[in-house]
Amino acid sequence: MKHTISVLVENEFGVLPRVAGLFSGRGFNIDSLSVAPTLDPTISRMTIVTRGDNRILEQISKQLNKLIDVIKVIDFTEQNFVEREMVLVKVTADAEYRAEVLRIADIFRANVVDVTARSYSIEATGTPAKLDALIELLRPLGIKELVRSGPIVLGRGPKAWKSSE
Amino acid sequence: MKKTGSQILLECLRLEGVETVFGYPGGTVINIYDDLMDSPINHILNRHEQAAVHAADAYARVTGKVGVAFATSGPGATNTVTGLATAYMDSIPMVVITGQVPTPLIGNDAFQEADMIGITRPITKHNYLVRDVKDLARIIKQAFYIARSGRPGPVLVDLPKDVQMSSTTFEYPETVELRGYKPTVSANPRQLDKAVKLILAARKPVVYVGGGATLSDMSDELMEFVETIQAPVTTTLMGMASFPNTHPLSMGMLGMHGTFYANMAVTDSDLLIALGARFDDRVTGKIATFAPDAKIIHVDVDPTSIKKNVRVDVPLVGMLQDVLPRLTAGLQKHGDELREVIAATAGWRQQIVTWREEHPISYKQTKNTIKPQYVIEKLRELTDDDAIIATEVGQHQMWTAQFFDFIQPRTFVTSGGLGTMGYGLPAALGAQAAFPKRQVIDISGDGSFQMNSQELATLVQYRLPVKIVILNNNFLGMVRQWQQLFFDRRYSQTCMELPVDFVKLAEAYGATGLRATRPDEVEQVIRQGLETPGPVIMEFKVAREENVLPMVPAGAGLNEMVLAS
Repeated sequence: MKHTISVLVENEFGVLPRVAGLFSGRGFNIDSLSVAPTLDPTISRMTIVTRGDNRILEQISKQLNKLIDVIKVIDFTEQNFVEREMVLVKVTADAEYRAEVLRIADIFRANVVDVTARSYSIEATGTPAKLDALIELLRPLGIKELVRSGPIVLGRGPKAWKSSE
Repeated sequence: MKKTGSQILLECLRLEGVETVFGYPGGTVINIYDDLMDSPINHILNRHEQAAVHAADAYARVTGKVGVAFATSGPGATNTVTGLATAYMDSIPMVVITGQVPTPLIGNDAFQEADMIGITRPITKHNYLVRDVKDLARIIKQAFYIARSGRPGPVLVDLPKDVQMSSTTFEYPETVELRGYKPTVSANPRQLDKAVKLILAARKPVVYVGGGATLSDMSDELMEFVETIQAPVTTTLMGMASFPNTHPLSMGMLGMHGTFYANMAVTDSDLLIALGARFDDRVTGKIATFAPDAKIIHVDVDPTSIKKNVRVDVPLVGMLQDVLPRLTAGLQKHGDELREVIAATAGWRQQIVTWREEHPISYKQTKNTIKPQYVIEKLRELTDDDAIIATEVGQHQMWTAQFFDFIQPRTFVTSGGLGTMGYGLPAALGAQAAFPKRQVIDISGDGSFQMNSQELATLVQYRLPVKIVILNNNFLGMVRQWQQLFFDRRYSQTCMELPVDFVKLAEAYGATGLRATRPDEVEQVIRQGLETPGPVIMEFKVAREENVLPMVPAGAGLNEMVLAS
């Protein structure tokens, strides 16, 4: 089963390999990982999508908590959350398909961020499933290159995590 | 007043109460070694960095303090790796300081550069690269705190040469602030109540004690707990000596080479009370048939240990110092029920006595060949109760666990988790450095001994009177045993073809060498060895193809023991 977890860590040199090394060393999967500083610049927030049964997830969460540089681990599986991912995709845009590419982009509320005579680069945000759908529609038109950010998530409702907790 | 990084380091160590450091100098720690000449800290010059780290590890195991070792960058630092991994697997508090090339050269493949933070990340509790001398005092303070608190473990501090040489105002922080590190000390009271209820309901309880009991110095409290409920006790290799093996409720070790009665008791139990143990595969055997009818109470300070390998009914995350006295007090409140429980479990205790009579730990004595088990029995007879026994890894280690009745805590020093051959001699050295007046003995095999035999030089130089018992069968005995039992006696590369003259080897280093080849010489050699001042090698030519039994084959259940060859 897929799980999305947020890991709040010290924004310090060498923390990312500690987290990544824990996953590889213990045979846990990482489907995606994204990381950037939070409002408090001394803390970074990682969003990790991983897979495993409940026992494995419990171990992942405990093992992460055991790392000295990990401040907080939030598993979003049991709660409501907002999930967003971004994709940048470079699509072949020859004369006969230029309009079709734009139509698809429009349906998905995607933006064209770079245009040449033979290509469009499109930016789209949404749930991973929405981006999958967009990519499937663009694929027959000729995708030249694609990059996904991996999802980031935030819990729903007024409750929030504060660094002073 | 301003101090240099190397002075700050040594001052921090002094303030942490460090008296003895083990190490080996080199280019990137030369400043530290220069300042060491003006410091009150003792330094022991080992002959290999691996040995220095094992010595510091054993120093920690016998004293309960944080062990400290120094090594230079590059090869010196990479030689600490086995020592760190050994300490990490056994949760030993240790701080290892490695030199590093100057910060501007890091990443340039400089001479004697190795990425120690990368290399040691998975085998340390935490590690630090000090990039600014201003961070040094705080980092050392944190390193010691992390090493000794919660589930203890080794911490590596990588200290570039330019940081050692630059100066700053020295101030040692009084407190540690680590927002990501807050070990759980006190167990949840509701879980504690549940545990008390389970214990009062059990009719076939077993107490299963791991290294946590040793690390937390809870032997007295353990004894009180056990006597309160009158439950039989089995220990892991790491838990051994925290509960006296001579006690009527002691069943000795469980697991792969555990006693028949301990393994049968665990398999048949209805309640397993795990105290500071981690259900290692050498302990559980096949998980599916491990204690199939038992409820499990698991006390451990490390939440990752709980439910990692086995299902747990009552998890108690906390320090044994907190949990054990509360558990005992909780039980003692139920005086009447407790008396009923003790009466109702009498049959269970009798069952264990019966199992023990059926298959005691034993061996067949022979007239002309020395049995290794006999040497260990004799050694127990002739040594003090507070003698510290270190071992290497292999058959001799298991025979020590089976035949040496440990009585006092922190008297058994062995590499349990990692199983590091070559650990015993430097470990005995570290233990003797901590307690110069006590008997310290390294029980060894001819294979393991040769993995760090250079430490004979260190023993002689520092007049550390370690006695080394070599059970010499000219085999890598444990692997040979597996080859005999599971590979049709195809002894691939386990015969140590060239016999070493260990007596001459001892003499070459300026130590004493003694040898016994017949059973009737054993006692005399041990007596003479123990009485001879200074380091002594006692070599015993033992039965070559003796096996460690009972044995649970890898992957089998605890009740599927091989009892005889």
